Amino acid sequence: MKYIPTIGLEIHAELSTKSKIFCDCPVSFGGKPNTRCCPVCTGMPGTLPVLNRQAVEYTVKAGLALNCEINEYSKMDRKNYFYPDLPKAYQISQFDLPICKNGGLTINTPEGEKFIRIERIHLEEDAGKLLHDSYDKYSLADYNRCGVPLIEIVTKPDLSSSEEAKEFVEKVRLMLLYSGVSDCRMEEGSLRADVNVSIRPFGTDKLGTRTEMKNINSIRAIVRAIDAEIQRQSELLDEGKEIIQETRRWDDNKGESKPMRSKEDAHDYRYFPEPDIVPITFTKEEVEAIRNSLPELPDKRFAKYTEVYGLSKADANLLLTSVSLSDFFESTAKECGNPKAASNFIIVEVLRRLNDSGLSAEDIPFGGNVLGRLLKMLEAEEITAANAKKVLAEMFESGKEPEAIVAERGYKIINDTGEVENIVKDILAKNEKAVAEYLDGKEKTFGFLMGQCSRALAGRGNPKVIQDILRSELSKLKGGM
Amino acid sequence: MDISRLTIKEARRLLDSKKISAVELTNIYLKRIQELDQKIDSYLSVCSESALQQASEAQKIIDSGNSQPLCGIPLSIKDNICIEGIKTTCASKMLEDFVPPYTATAVSKLESQNAVILGKVNLDEFAMGSTTENSAFKKTKNPFDLSRVPGGSSGGSAASVSASLALGSLGSDTGGSVRQPAAFCGVVGMKPTYGLVSRYGLIAFASSLDQIGPIGKTVEDCAIILDAIYGQDPKDGTSLNYKPETSYASSLSGGIKDFRIGLPKEYLTEGLNSEVRDALYKSINTLEKLGAKVEEFSMPSLKYAVPAYYLMSSAEASSNLSRYDGVKYGYRAQNCKTFNEMIGRSRAEGFGREVKRRILLGTYALASGYYDAYYKKALKLRTMISKGFDQAFSKYDVVIHPTTPETAFKFGQSTDDPLSMYLADIYTVSANIAGLPSISLPCGYDSKGLPIGLSFTGRPLGERDILRAAATFEADFAPEFKVPEL
Repeated sequence: MKYIPTIGLEIHAELSTKSKIFCDCPVSFGGKPNTRCCPVCTGMPGTLPVLNRQAVEYTVKAGLALNCEINEYSKMDRKNYFYPDLPKAYQISQFDLPICKNGGLTINTPEGEKFIRIERIHLEEDAGKLLHDSYDKYSLADYNRCGVPLIEIVTKPDLSSSEEAKEFVEKVRLMLLYSGVSDCRMEEGSLRADVNVSIRPFGTDKLGTRTEMKNINSIRAIVRAIDAEIQRQSELLDEGKEIIQETRRWDDNKGESKPMRSKEDAHDYRYFPEPDIVPITFTKEEVEAIRNSLPELPDKRFAKYTEVYGLSKADANLLLTSVSLSDFFESTAKECGNPKAASNFIIVEVLRRLNDSGLSAEDIPFGGNVLGRLLKMLEAEEITAANAKKVLAEMFESGKEPEAIVAERGYKIINDTGEVENIVKDILAKNEKAVAEYLDGKEKTFGFLMGQCSRALAGRGNPKVIQDILRSELSKLKGGM
Repeated sequence: MDISRLTIKEARRLLDSKKISAVELTNIYLKRIQELDQKIDSYLSVCSESALQQASEAQKIIDSGNSQPLCGIPLSIKDNICIEGIKTTCASKMLEDFVPPYTATAVSKLESQNAVILGKVNLDEFAMGSTTENSAFKKTKNPFDLSRVPGGSSGGSAASVSASLALGSLGSDTGGSVRQPAAFCGVVGMKPTYGLVSRYGLIAFASSLDQIGPIGKTVEDCAIILDAIYGQDPKDGTSLNYKPETSYASSLSGGIKDFRIGLPKEYLTEGLNSEVRDALYKSINTLEKLGAKVEEFSMPSLKYAVPAYYLMSSAEASSNLSRYDGVKYGYRAQNCKTFNEMIGRSRAEGFGREVKRRILLGTYALASGYYDAYYKKALKLRTMISKGFDQAFSKYDVVIHPTTPETAFKFGQSTDDPLSMYLADIYTVSANIAGLPSISLPCGYDSKGLPIGLSFTGRPLGERDILRAAATFEADFAPEFKVPEL
């Protein structure tokens, strides 16, 4: 490529607080239009917004997870513009004093690690939605989403490719998921991004003219939009044409963007301090208390999994894809005392089951510690690996305790060597031909005899014990010849 | 029964001693409104049915011996304060048919004392103005002279109390809108400390300046209403968690011996009418006679109070009034082709001239490129003025000043010259800018028989100081106190 792209992101994430940012309405996705709003979140005359402290604390959590400084004094501001989905005709947001600033995350790139700076994270209210389809002459407004708390994460223009952007958004998403502040369901619009792109010729320093694409709501679309915009700008420069500073609308179905408004048409938002909400203050102690309440974040967990538990990077990443899965794994590992075995069993057996049934880790009907008890039995050779899988299947179906299933099904391995000896002898007596072949030197027949013994023990025999007894009985026969 | 001098305090005694029933009292007021309000035009809507129902509920409480101070007391409410199920118009075509599904906290508190709400009274559209002439619906008259304005914006509140069409009223005060009409109509009006009374349900004009306040015939009546309505409200994040040591109504006695009273020199400007000035000095003599020490002082920042006020209040108003876009409720222009046309024409047709003037002024003051020169500078002046008052209150218990430079104007006199009308707020706006409590009460009458108002302004949460000063002065002035003849 002849050009170096410069990319900045503004990531919007809905916070999963119990109630909306300024009223008691619950935060929930969907619902019949205009059934999940009240006079306050629709800004009816005389109502007042009261700032939800949980939303503020979630913003601080997000900031700490993304390595930001927390402003001890911040405030809300009004961003004024007319649009039918914005019932007050202003959005309560933050202008010059956001709650979080100066953070960032390290991402992996083909060239190595790269730190992407986050300029600020601010808190604001979401707007409603307009529905244009149903009627010719009218648009319909649904205010259910009004007042859902949103954070906006603004990066510095530190990204240089769509791959880096993808890596960054995925990592931010993981951080927000782990800190418990957002469910980041992109398909429900709870995570969306605005993308700023400019390019400049190799060997030059001056940044090119940038364009912005708004409200892109999947990681795949972000990648496609960035690639298409780099392509479009490159073609313009190749032809000696100028890039216009503008906001463009990305159409993911068509895979192209169209101009929305130019710099000249940009809104003057007439920001000013929100007089209905008193400034937000935090003491250092309060910030530290929030920091201590954060769960262990994915980068720390990754280090622990690979360095302490000895898992492969690929396995560690797989376990970290969701908080529930990672928590489940940690709880299994703690109970059974063997993280590696726990990891293997979860990745092979549990994830397969989840994939087959289209479920996710939070749907597992038992705790990681319960699985840990099953693995402990397996480790102690009290059950066979084959039966452990059967127990797992039944745990998924009935939610029963593994001990109960093992007892019920009689899966407990028979460690009474006398009983095993009798059965082995019986099998040898019944399979004279096979025994003769073995004694003739046909090692393969040993496996057949093993299988016969196991079947007779209904899978409850400890394979090692059976093997030892079988060998010793066979050698007795050999010696008797 | 002559109710022209009846007070809440006296009505309470009559009700509790069963000299009159709450229903009888309410009927007296409803009948008087029916007969006299065609002269005054203070009411935009009268709620006879619900008022009588509230009165009979109140009577049950009185009969059980559990009446609170406002139980069965008929009151009027400014029509920018929401009551569930009752039209709340802000005297604007924009909200002509708006019926809120919620009640303002201040009104809920009155209702919890079983007060009787007679109806909603007139104001300048969205509380913007000083004459009540900016109402889209009617022109309220001054009960002392029907050819003159009652002041504003709470002109309906002040006129209804002055003409005994209600025993008391709730108004709202953004730059003097309770105190100035109280002064013009010869009654008592009070703006509490910002945050003392919840703003929930008060349709916002300028959020950082708005405060609901009582209007009554006496200082004590205002204190009784204030006792009912103050208090922190979970629905208003700017409301204060504060409770006075003793109730406001019980803080009026004790006199003002050795009270230190400051008179700002900057208020004695050339715009001050000589009759008003004479009444002020006469009042000062009275206060000194009563034992107070009155002293002039200088507070240069007061010169900037009016421009700072008009920038801040208009800026906030331009944003607060943006929600009236014709989309959700209120007036919507017909036959519009685009969304922008619908908003533009709905607002052009739905708002009156003064409201549009302030929206334009405020929009301009907040525009990028002008923000620093106007809005930000106004905020700096606000800080300066607050500091000036802090200094003053390190020396004085209360500050004294005329409520208005002049007595009530003739209709039409001020509407042609908005700037001179804005200057009429010169003494009242500083209390809003600094969030201070201030009370206006009658201190005399000019040669035309028009009431003159005297104001006491106190330190933040210094309501008890200004109430005591005002009540002490009022007791001395009582023999001269007049009610309008109707």
